Amino acid sequence: MTPRAAATREAYPVALLELVEQGVDVFAIDADLSVSTMGHQFGEKHPGRWMTVGVAEQDMVGIAAGLAAAGKTAFIASFAVFLPGRCFDQLRTSVAQPRGGLNVKCVGSHGGVTVGEDGMSAQAIEDIALATSLIPFDVVVPADFEEARQAIVAVGRTSRPAYVRTGRPKVPGLYEDSYKFEIGKASLLREGRDVTLMACGVLVAPALEAAELLANEGISARVLNVATIKPLDQHAVLAAARETGAVVTAEEHQTHGGLGSAVARLLAETLPVPMAFVGVDRYGTSGKWDELLDYFDLTPARIAQAARDAIARKR
Amino acid sequence: MNASAVSPVAVDELKSIAKRMRAHIVRMVYAAQSGHPGGSLSAVELGVALFWNHLRCDPARPDWPERDRFILSKGHATPFYYSLLAERGYFSTDLLSSFRTLGGVLQGHPSMGSAPGIEMSGGSLGQGLSFAIGQAVAGRMDSRDYRCWVLMGDGELNEGQVWEAAMAVPHFGLGEQIVALVDRNGLQNDGFADKIMRTHPVEMWRGFGWKVIECDGHDMAAIDQALSEAERSDARPRCVVAHTVKGKGVSFMENNPGFHGKAPTAEQLEQALREIEAGL
Repeated sequence: MTPRAAATREAYPVALLELVEQGVDVFAIDADLSVSTMGHQFGEKHPGRWMTVGVAEQDMVGIAAGLAAAGKTAFIASFAVFLPGRCFDQLRTSVAQPRGGLNVKCVGSHGGVTVGEDGMSAQAIEDIALATSLIPFDVVVPADFEEARQAIVAVGRTSRPAYVRTGRPKVPGLYEDSYKFEIGKASLLREGRDVTLMACGVLVAPALEAAELLANEGISARVLNVATIKPLDQHAVLAAARETGAVVTAEEHQTHGGLGSAVARLLAETLPVPMAFVGVDRYGTSGKWDELLDYFDLTPARIAQAARDAIARKR
Repeated sequence: MNASAVSPVAVDELKSIAKRMRAHIVRMVYAAQSGHPGGSLSAVELGVALFWNHLRCDPARPDWPERDRFILSKGHATPFYYSLLAERGYFSTDLLSSFRTLGGVLQGHPSMGSAPGIEMSGGSLGQGLSFAIGQAVAGRMDSRDYRCWVLMGDGELNEGQVWEAAMAVPHFGLGEQIVALVDRNGLQNDGFADKIMRTHPVEMWRGFGWKVIECDGHDMAAIDQALSEAERSDARPRCVVAHTVKGKGVSFMENNPGFHGKAPTAEQLEQALREIEAGL
């Protein structure tokens, strides 16, 4: 099967259906955005396992915590600006802290700047920072439909709380269904010796293009899809630093508190190498999603330039 | 219903339990030199009447799936909560001396699973009713008929999330599974509730589609009656608004905003214990 081009959010109802088929006692909640999160598609198939609570994200988190405390695998979905943004305190007090973390899975759709025309208030560039700060949470940012489907199924099969970010636009497929996603495992997309480009989500495809640009100059760039921000794949990140000696991170998120921060912390403690960070450091504007990637300079050219900069700082 | 159904306890017995709880409360806060005595003392009768005469529970089996859930949404009232659980037999009263100490299991605010009977973590207000909705929806899915009793403070009603949940309970038809309890003591952290942020609990709950049952929150028989009424089926979910006195039972704490979150001195403790014993 060729990789499926689709929005990663489309994987949400597919994964929920799969979990129910596998016997997981799922209950899913939406907060009046179920057409966008696609949660309603699950609700139509399993009306007894789904509800929408109106525009009330805080209530949604509390309800999920109660469901989880009573033994259910609770899924909640909204836009990434509202989940975790609007209900961070509820996630902290009602989900993350009780009993080392209740079985609540958050799916923040429309993540990053590629939400597009809705403008800066709708563009989630803080969700990874917020979610990774919740101690027991796993945090995953899938790069395509297939990875998103598998990631949602994977978090649904653990008993830990988790945050999965999905996106609005249709993106190219990277993985066939033979791909095996694992929480905490990065996926090697291209071998390389001179630098490693570590990306997640929508920026994995531009990172691959950047590697192509660099190859034309004789620079050999490794490309790692680091879909799981937490727990980070320490083995793959350290091996990349050791074997290529320079690292670039690329994410549709602030450079504070996202993938770049997680990688930098690990490398600073263990194996410091020159790094460069591609991300977003300002609030945005309206525009089409691909125009916005250019506007924020989240492009193959910028990633390639960051790679040259990092390589130049090698000792 | 089954073997662990509630068997009613006489009012005199309940009153003596309430007296012991008040002594625990002031001793715990004195020993820790921190904590929240005011809103703990105001809730005592409500808690005792509920736990002995209405809550379907078995302290020997705190995880019994059919148990009623008591959810302390006003999480700062831990001296009340822990002494209630200890007196009801969930754990030894000896444990109360570990309140707010390093390494003790009884934290300043409730931590779910840290001791038997603690159903939910708390400390950030306004979250209990939502949690109860989740428990109730799960109960309905699993064909269990337990009830969730959620205790809130009147200051807590400032929190918007309470009203998100208050809207949802009747919408989802959860009135037979959830009862809201409001400890209407009229004070909140910074002072008198009517001055800080005036709420109208009776009108607000009614406006959200609830049946409101008011009672004197220190009259054991009246509370008993109100809780019985809350258990009776109605088209609407029920909210019991118990009119209480913050700091009840200790003269210098009563209606004194200064004792929302403050510990007594040694002399004040002695006086408090004398007054509690005398049944002020």
